[in-house]
Amino acid sequence: MTSAAPTLLSPDASPLPARSAAADLAQETIALCRRLFLQLLRRPSTLVAGVLQPLIWLVLFGALFANAPTGLLPDGLSYGRFLGAGVIVFTAFSAALNAGLPVMFDREFGFLNRLLVAPLRSRSSIVLASVLYITALSLVQSLAIMATAAALGYGWPGGSGLLLVLVTLLLLVFAVTGLSLGLAFALPGHIELIAVIFVANLPLLFASTALAPLSFMPPWLGWLAAVNPLTFAIEPIRAAYAGQFSLSAVVLQAPYGDVTASGCLGVLALLAVGLFLLIRPLLDRKLS
Amino acid sequence: MQGAGASPVIELQDVRKRYGKGERAVEALRGLDLAVPPGSLYGLLGPNGAGKTTSLRILATLLAPCSGVVRVAGVDALADPRSVRERLGYVAQEVALDKILTGRELLALQGDLYHLPRPQRDGRIAELIALLGMEGWIDRRCGTYSGGMRRRLDLASGLLHRPQVLVLDEPTVGLDIESRAAIWQVLRQLRDQGTTVLLSSHYLEEVDALADHLAIIEDGRVIAAGRPQELKAALGGDRVTLRVREFSDEPEALRVQQLVQGCPGVRQVVVNRAQGFSLNLVVEHDGVVEQLRRQLSEASLPVFALAQSRPSLDDVYLQATGRTLMDAELAVAGSRDPKAERKQAMR
Repeated sequence: MTSAAPTLLSPDASPLPARSAAADLAQETIALCRRLFLQLLRRPSTLVAGVLQPLIWLVLFGALFANAPTGLLPDGLSYGRFLGAGVIVFTAFSAALNAGLPVMFDREFGFLNRLLVAPLRSRSSIVLASVLYITALSLVQSLAIMATAAALGYGWPGGSGLLLVLVTLLLLVFAVTGLSLGLAFALPGHIELIAVIFVANLPLLFASTALAPLSFMPPWLGWLAAVNPLTFAIEPIRAAYAGQFSLSAVVLQAPYGDVTASGCLGVLALLAVGLFLLIRPLLDRKLS
Repeated sequence: MQGAGASPVIELQDVRKRYGKGERAVEALRGLDLAVPPGSLYGLLGPNGAGKTTSLRILATLLAPCSGVVRVAGVDALADPRSVRERLGYVAQEVALDKILTGRELLALQGDLYHLPRPQRDGRIAELIALLGMEGWIDRRCGTYSGGMRRRLDLASGLLHRPQVLVLDEPTVGLDIESRAAIWQVLRQLRDQGTTVLLSSHYLEEVDALADHLAIIEDGRVIAAGRPQELKAALGGDRVTLRVREFSDEPEALRVQQLVQGCPGVRQVVVNRAQGFSLNLVVEHDGVVEQLRRQLSEASLPVFALAQSRPSLDDVYLQATGRTLMDAELAVAGSRDPKAERKQAMR
């Protein structure tokens, strides 16, 4: 214990130099993001598991149907190439669905209170940091899966196709992150949150066009799959992988009509905006 | 006397807080009033469950009261909580740390949340590391810290932005003597250099040793407040313990009680069965004790022990609440609900 310099412990009543709200917001958001990334770097199991799981899907499921007769799938696709888009979307979806977990743990262990005691310019920065972190994490995981799939010979969307893939994933990740963050504030604890994630995960995958085309499904399941947000992300990506990336091209022949790539993106964008508007009152209440 | 008439830096007026609804509602604060003069080291004393943590959480803007006035450093905490957060440092009871970060990284995060410019932030962190003796372990991950290290780190994070007011919830509970002494020293230095410090405690000795002002809080209300010396002096008289023999018996004790009660200047003579039928009494001034000795020897009674002491904070507490702090602690120990408390703290 060293003795204190005269000014060390004295209060500083003088206001901090006036700064713009934007600078404050940036500082707090970057600091909160930095924490999440430090956690990820030092405990990379989330990252590894998030890549490993879809990789296993890709290899095992791909092998399972490797001998399916050619011509069974639309456009004479091999099953591996068909599956690729589904697995990429599933990767981003799973990562985003877990977005609420760190927030839930912060709520439960009281770390959130530490953040709320600080004079944050806006408490949206807590949410914003989570969104930025999960977006980066899920994009990295998806790109890792895409690279592996390419190495396995399932192709790679070139040029503007890649752009379409990234935009689609981004919209899906925003929507699902919003949902997960909402759950993280609405549910009482991490046990309940994990249960919801667990229950939502696989049915949403199976009731989409990730593993099989709509034409394979009984009508009721086809309807489900045709309104499943995952389907709206899978089909544009599948089209991009097929080298057909016109936004006005029909990518989904749903029971209720044809949907174009831009239609799919529109649905995802609406969903993302809608979910954030939906959870906003909840976040305002919990963070006020 | 109270802070030379300066207006209080912390002000709670008729603050009420209820948790839950309907029949299961718990009344945590029932019209709490508190005025902390600037530059004081103020102790909030009371048993667990008295409402100390709730009051401090309201001051830290983590909790909104159901009604009442809350002002910190002249700012209405309910109307402008952000300005209060800029002026107030809060050291919570349950320290939530990020186990994966190092102490230094955690402080840097806090500094950014208080919008300190980077050079100022890092300089301030270095100062606090030296002040609190954290050099040896600050770059280790928080998950490895002992209770004393965590508390020091938390104190540092409460001081990063040089707040005018520092609020600490049971800062030394469960700590080793060395860490406790270190924290006490810093709190005294802070007060000496102009920071107003408010701490809660259910240790009498802590408040007695540290605080220059105190409030006794029970059942969601302040039932006594002032400077410790004033409160003790207000009780009046000295405490005397009298034993005619090392182990007396009841008839003898009652006989002596009769005799002593007759002496002018003696009040409240109580037979203390638990201490071998010794007598506890209050005397109005020193002369009374001499008078007592003379009367006892005239009645040919021996004096095994005659101890005199100033009123202690224990006596202040007893006078205000009608029971000792330890009894109050025991009374609430069984009625706490950890699950409900955790829920209150969770957003």
